[in-house]
Amino acid sequence: MNGLKKLLGILWMLLGPVIIAFLLMQAMDKIAASAEGVARTNTTLQWSIIILIFIPICAGLVIFGYYAWKGEYEHLPESSADL
Amino acid sequence: MHSTDKNVTQSITQVIAASSLGTLIEWYDFYIFGSLAVIIGQQLFPSDAGASALINTLAIFAAGFIVRPFGALVFGRLGDLIGRKYTFLLTLVLMGGSTFLIGLIPSYSSIGYAAPILVLILRLVQGLALGGEYGGAATYVAEHAPVGRRGFFTSWIQTTATLGLFLSLGVIVLTKNIIGADKFADWGWRIPFLLSILLVGVSVYIRMKMHESPVFSKLKAEGKISSNPLKESFQKKANFKMVLLALFGATMGQGVIWYTGQFYAQSFLENTCRLDFNESRYILLWAILFATPFFVVFGTWSDKVGRKWIMLAGMLLGVVFYRPIYQYFIDATNVKEFEKTELKSATAPIVERGLVKDTKDSIITTTSFKTLQSGMTFKESNVIIIPDDVLAPMPEPQTIIKDVTLPRSTYITIIVLVFFQVLLVTMVYGPIAAFLVELFPTQIRYTSMSLPYHIGNGVFGGLVPFIATLVASFSGSTPLSGLWYPIGIAALSFVIGAVYIDNKGDKNVMD
Repeated sequence: MNGLKKLLGILWMLLGPVIIAFLLMQAMDKIAASAEGVARTNTTLQWSIIILIFIPICAGLVIFGYYAWKGEYEHLPESSADL
Repeated sequence: MHSTDKNVTQSITQVIAASSLGTLIEWYDFYIFGSLAVIIGQQLFPSDAGASALINTLAIFAAGFIVRPFGALVFGRLGDLIGRKYTFLLTLVLMGGSTFLIGLIPSYSSIGYAAPILVLILRLVQGLALGGEYGGAATYVAEHAPVGRRGFFTSWIQTTATLGLFLSLGVIVLTKNIIGADKFADWGWRIPFLLSILLVGVSVYIRMKMHESPVFSKLKAEGKISSNPLKESFQKKANFKMVLLALFGATMGQGVIWYTGQFYAQSFLENTCRLDFNESRYILLWAILFATPFFVVFGTWSDKVGRKWIMLAGMLLGVVFYRPIYQYFIDATNVKEFEKTELKSATAPIVERGLVKDTKDSIITTTSFKTLQSGMTFKESNVIIIPDDVLAPMPEPQTIIKDVTLPRSTYITIIVLVFFQVLLVTMVYGPIAAFLVELFPTQIRYTSMSLPYHIGNGVFGGLVPFIATLVASFSGSTPLSGLWYPIGIAALSFVIGAVYIDNKGDKNVMD
């Protein structure tokens, strides 16, 4: 299980930037569509908010992945003294 | 029962009652906005804004969720510094005051864009207050609860979010039925907001009589209070890694399950399936009524078998069953298809003629009320726009279905399916307060547990109606496309929780 925890850590580290890249591409695509009159609504503000919120969360996912890869979750604290 | 045990039970019952009432009212305040999103959108934005008005209103609604983590930081820090009691007293007053003021904001037609801006500011205050409230209430109850029964006692606090939603829906439906739909859309929607001040007054009075948490008082007496809870929570790696684990392995998935089952379901039935205003709310009310006791069932069960697998099972069931459930909602309310073979009667069409706002184009609306053989009824409007410029191309006529009411068997089936979604909510949410409380030490508990809880619920969960509606508005999308957001997040949280979370946990909250 500890091997899996470490291996998945790499996945979480990669997932963070991938999510942000995906959101940025979606935002550019949809905002351009609304500018050309293809989309039903203008969503520039909404996409800006979404991206702004998810950047720190994805950074947290990368840190979580890094901790997992470094083996920080191999043994979880069993009392507050361990924290 | 031994007399000491009896006293402990009596004491904790009072603690739970006093804490829960205030928390319930805060949830009520927070949710009336979401339950009235369509009407508020019409009041706050220009009347021809269409889908943008709903999306912008949902954005204001979502803004309240987004700031919840900041409220968690500000008030969590206060709670760890000055105590639980006074902190959540302050959050209650802020929440009640801002809700009352939303009820007084003039509409767009009176003050223009100042209306949505003022509501946005008040909504942000609501979000900050709620960010501080929940962690305090959960911590307060958990620190009073005996060992081995923490899941049971904190599960009562967990019922308050759902009961707050229930209360908000109940007050809205009751007000609308008493004063009528037209008056309600005009000014009656303000009543549920204004009513809040009375509820908050009662709750503040009760909370003033409460004592400080015994665990916090002991820590204070020993001079062991944290001098900088924020620094200890997030700069100390050993604690910060647990904050991240709580967020990605539990609260993130829990948040999307909560808001899909209890918000998106109703929003989908009203806006996509075109169900009647009351019908969609009654369905949710019945589902919540039957499912609410299960918060206590799963909270109690988690004391025996651990918190982890109950919460993760709720997430997994959501991942598997959301799409079939929502597909059924679409199929069962597809009146355009049923109309072809099952039309029983239709009223004589009512024809209205007018001009499209701010143009010289003519608009002709033909409305008819139809009944199908199954007993299903609905309002069908055909809208034709005739351009003023005779050379301009004629737009396609549009058919708009509204106010669908369901036959009894379909109505009951949909209640059962929404009940199932709320049951998943009780699985993920019932044990989570005890899970979070046990994850962090007393000194920094309020701060540490509040942040992952409010990012999970406020950001991931609170954005479900907004992101799902946004995704469904893309060209080429289907009505089910919006579900990929909660399904993806719940699946990710399930994997992280299953691999990294320990089912044992730290049962000692006195340290």
